[in-house]
Amino acid sequence: MAAEGSAIDALGQFRLGHGLGDVGGAVNFTNANEIMLLAGGVILGLLYFGMKPRAIVPGRLQALAEYLYEFIYSMCIDQIGEEGKRFFPFIFTLFTFILMGNLLGLFPYFFTFTSHIMVTGALAILVIVLVTLVALRIHGLHFFTYFFPAGAPKLLAPLIIPIEILSYLSRPVSLSIRLFANMTAGHVMFEVFASFMLMLAGALGTLGYAVALGPLALNIALMGFELLVAFLQAYVFAILTCIYLHDAVHLH
Amino acid sequence: MEDMMPRRLAASLPLLAFPAFARAAEKGMPQLDFANKLLISQVVWLAIIFFALYLLLAQWGLPRVASVLDERARRIKGDLDAARAAKQTADDAIAELNAAARHAHAEAQTAIAGATERAKHEALAHASALDARLKADLDAAEARITAAEQAAMGALRDAARETATTLITRLTGLTPDSGTVTAAVDQALAGRAAG
Repeated sequence: MAAEGSAIDALGQFRLGHGLGDVGGAVNFTNANEIMLLAGGVILGLLYFGMKPRAIVPGRLQALAEYLYEFIYSMCIDQIGEEGKRFFPFIFTLFTFILMGNLLGLFPYFFTFTSHIMVTGALAILVIVLVTLVALRIHGLHFFTYFFPAGAPKLLAPLIIPIEILSYLSRPVSLSIRLFANMTAGHVMFEVFASFMLMLAGALGTLGYAVALGPLALNIALMGFELLVAFLQAYVFAILTCIYLHDAVHLH
Repeated sequence: MEDMMPRRLAASLPLLAFPAFARAAEKGMPQLDFANKLLISQVVWLAIIFFALYLLLAQWGLPRVASVLDERARRIKGDLDAARAAKQTADDAIAELNAAARHAHAEAQTAIAGATERAKHEALAHASALDARLKADLDAAEARITAAEQAAMGALRDAARETATTLITRLTGLTPDSGTVTAAVDQALAGRAAG
């Protein structure tokens, strides 16, 4: 977050740099990866410290850890079915990792790794490859009937099959762009309002401080909205993965 | 959800009207700056971190939660079973109590009926024994009365005979035949008794 002179550098916050000092620099460890490590640490820490009491009647932290567990577990079972148990650790990792990435990104000076299309794209490709492998493993070559729904007129095959393949392949695209665009747009707006605030205060003096309260109020409202988006986008990513896995397991 | 993205992007578009922002945007998005090798390296590290996180969660973190949840479910089930068993025991005890009470009631009824019957019998026996004794006493008394009467009658006969004999002797100076006197007295007594 830096207003260089009068120029609002709204995209500078997404510029990657090296992390973890010289050692990180030597292996091209980025500042995005630092936050990924932190996100993983927070998740593991929550499970470690939350579940440490192993209480029958849970305390706050344990209740949070258990709620998170049961929330994602029921999502897996509801969406995928009984087979969902096998994919639960993956969905849990995916959801909590993205959620933590979104939430930690809201802290000032923290890098938002979910705002990088390379990261969201990699996760989406991971999901789609997994889904395809699961479908092939369970149904073998029968999986390819997925692209031609039973009962459809044979004449329409040349039309339906390319459409189905296209929609299948567009899944990772929409999955990754949805998350990337939401996070990027939100953080650009944060940066623009914050920089605008500083510019007003710098240019208009005392009056500027008063006027700057406007963008400040906007940013406060935006923070509430972004908290919602952080949860929502992680949830959307996880539940779409579940739906794709359901298709892979049950083929429609 | 999905329509949120274009709307928000559109909302940020007017910002490009600010010359300052426009100048910054000219540099392009850092996310699409593929000349930066860090763009690739972060994905490699993402893969490493994500895989490690997955392994740690799958092998250690999630079973840790699951064991606590299982233990709780087991505990609750155990408590419920214990409560159900206790309720069963209580129900059995109540049923047993009711049965015992019914049994005792019936026994008491039998005992009361038996006692009443016995008392009736005894009273009857007592009454009949008393009756017999009274009857015997009455008979004895009657016998005594009869005996006394007969004795009295015998004495009267003797007295009457002697009186008659004495009277005849004094009046006539003759000693009457005792058989004749006795017959006359008996006749008179019989006539008196008939009269």
